[in-house]
Amino acid sequence: MNPRRKKRLFAVVGIIMGLGAAVGLTLYALQENINLFYTPSELVNGKGESHDMPFIGQKLRIGGMVVPGSVKRDDTTLDVEFKLIDTGPMVTIRYQGILPDLFREGQGIVAQGTLIEPTVVQAFEVLAKHDEEYMPAEVAEAVKGIKHEKPTYNLKDTKGDY
Amino acid sequence: MIPEIGYFSLVLAMALSLLLCIFPLWGAHTGNLRLMRAAPSLAVGQCLFVLFSFGILIYITLTDDFTVAYVAQNSSSTLPWYYKVTSTWGGHEGAILLWLVMQASWTALVALMSTSLPWVLRARVLGVLGILGVGFMLYTLWMSSPFERLLPYYPVEGRDLNPLLQDPGMIIHPPLLYMGYVGLSVSFSFAIAALLTGKLDNTWAKWSRPWTMAAWGFLTLGITIGSWWAYAELGWGGWWFWDPVENASFMPWLVATALLHSLAVTEKRGVFKSWTVLLAITAFSLCLLGTFIVRSGIIVSVHAFATDPDRGLYILSFLAFVVGGSLALYAFRVSEVRSEGRYKFASREVALWLNNIFLVVATLIVLLGTLLPMIHKELGLGAISIGVPFFNKMFAILIVPFALLLGIGPMLRWKQNKLSTLFPKWAMNVGLALIVTATWLYSSFDEVTPLTFMGTALAVWIVLASIVDLMQKISVQSTFAEGLKRLGLSYWAMQLGHVGLAFVISSVTLTSAYSVERSVSMKPGDVAQLNEYEYRFNGVFPITGPNYQGHAGEVTVFKEGREIVLLHAEKRQYNVGMQFMTEAAIDDGFFRDLYLALGEELSNGAWALRIYHKPYVRWMWLGGLMISLAGFIVLADKRYRRQSKRINKGVTA
Repeated sequence: MNPRRKKRLFAVVGIIMGLGAAVGLTLYALQENINLFYTPSELVNGKGESHDMPFIGQKLRIGGMVVPGSVKRDDTTLDVEFKLIDTGPMVTIRYQGILPDLFREGQGIVAQGTLIEPTVVQAFEVLAKHDEEYMPAEVAEAVKGIKHEKPTYNLKDTKGDY
Repeated sequence: MIPEIGYFSLVLAMALSLLLCIFPLWGAHTGNLRLMRAAPSLAVGQCLFVLFSFGILIYITLTDDFTVAYVAQNSSSTLPWYYKVTSTWGGHEGAILLWLVMQASWTALVALMSTSLPWVLRARVLGVLGILGVGFMLYTLWMSSPFERLLPYYPVEGRDLNPLLQDPGMIIHPPLLYMGYVGLSVSFSFAIAALLTGKLDNTWAKWSRPWTMAAWGFLTLGITIGSWWAYAELGWGGWWFWDPVENASFMPWLVATALLHSLAVTEKRGVFKSWTVLLAITAFSLCLLGTFIVRSGIIVSVHAFATDPDRGLYILSFLAFVVGGSLALYAFRVSEVRSEGRYKFASREVALWLNNIFLVVATLIVLLGTLLPMIHKELGLGAISIGVPFFNKMFAILIVPFALLLGIGPMLRWKQNKLSTLFPKWAMNVGLALIVTATWLYSSFDEVTPLTFMGTALAVWIVLASIVDLMQKISVQSTFAEGLKRLGLSYWAMQLGHVGLAFVISSVTLTSAYSVERSVSMKPGDVAQLNEYEYRFNGVFPITGPNYQGHAGEVTVFKEGREIVLLHAEKRQYNVGMQFMTEAAIDDGFFRDLYLALGEELSNGAWALRIYHKPYVRWMWLGGLMISLAGFIVLADKRYRRQSKRINKGVTA
């Protein structure tokens, strides 16, 4: 093989090996970090036609409306508990810390956390959008059957604690 | 009347832009010098009309003309004047107009500063820029005009600028980012022009390099300030969230970083040519993809097409046209490209090639993590999200070989090296890095995890490599002063950029490892302890701003009984829209930030407060500033100035 070909071969092998390693690592890391999105009714009744239920200990995202009057706060430990609803049953969310500025009763939020009981999620992050008319797209679909709302701002979510 | 003038001015700009993409390209194709010579004046002309139009938007915002829909939605009469100006790019239509301003300005700059370029190349570069200009102007005029009226029924007061954007960081962040995005269109145009000409020689790389450097410098600065804004304004003490908006700016940055390293090889050694062109095309395509992701509403809902199909579809079609067209041209021409230089494995060429591989892999990871949830949902497989840990893990792995390479690469010479002479230096650096890191970490922190140690050691390794290389370069000359004098600005820029990255790496490592936070409920007089600091809550008092009201929590911070600082963390409610905003109080320091956010009032008269202690967090933005400064220093290098003078002389002689 002439040196030029050899170098090319070397380059190609290098690229393939690098890509292979990257793909392997990526798939591995993805597997652990993909979180499915549920609405409260999906979480209770199962998701889709096969009614897939999340298992206890699963990391997931859940979006719904905060049930008015359901927010309970412990003044000394800053533990918060509230209920989320869409069209069916309610799900309880527990969270520790300060809620985002736009968290209000009757408003749509998205929480990220772990399912600790069949209808209780321990959240490590609570997101509320910085727009009073905003509702998470998935929630809007579930609640009103509206497909989508036009975004007024192209902004990041305000992030919860994690 | 005035808004219509603004609109009309844009129409004129677009007409000039259309001529700009027809005349010079046709002239270059047929060898008609007169047509080619029209390019610079057309470029400057369209720029003036776009600037005029932007000036009008600023004027109608400052004069509170709420008959204009854009002003009514993004501004209000109580807004301070500087935020009124900011509001001209705070919404979609205005942001696109700002993009146009940048696009037109870059085009005009290229027209004015490329006087030493051969006419065929100059005409083609400007022609391609003209095509891009037309694409965005058509979009603005057709479906995203900021001058649309709300007549006959218009509001007496505007809806105000989103409070999140009412921050000094937000005034400069979008323009800087757009300077970077659009600046990469210049690198793109140079690449396309070179492909059209069929001459991918190292002079092309030499021309393209300063423009790429400038664009990259702005992009770096924009991202850095964006991160700082998120930290200061969002109130959660976070500095990078891996959300699609951030990723949209990070992907072009990664590819542009690869591009400017690859350009160096093409310029100096005449190899990697086709690869460099591909990177230039990719970098700008990713800018367009980012615009599509951010601007089409695909983030809020993947189905945003259903409500506003035109905008998303337009950008997507434009993206397809740009990417498809340039890749087709690339495929057509690339077989003619021949590499000139030869090099061995242990060479700077290979080190830079590896650098490119790592950067491209990093880009692919971000691309995957950003697009997969969107595609997944679009295919009807349900909504998923890819967590922050995915990105963190992947980057933590990638940075190891990348940083190791960074400590080796700059010491290598072109073509080939005797590794046996370099091994002792590297071994010494590894040893020194371990010692320095151990001393640093064990003297500052109680507990050191292997991961933290590694991250810090990598940063130290990069800095040591820079120092050793500098000493080596100086020692070759007879005296120290002579050695310093001989080093070009490009060399200093490289060192600054690399050390800047070391600052970023160490900051990310140490902040992630040693940041602590506490959420506490406090009554006036209560004291909370976090690390060696004591926070005494003095109570809450009402505040009134120009367009908001709220209250501020006052906290005195003590260290070992000594008063350090008095902090005021605010909770604001804006008069228009009644939005709540947390305004965190930050005591910044070189080694640590104390960060305080006020939560809500609790039922028993206490307040919820969140306290953060963030060591070395500031080094991140310091590093970012150093990196972007490196890009601008290269621009001042004599190499590029001398070059243009010599060619000019050649032309006149």
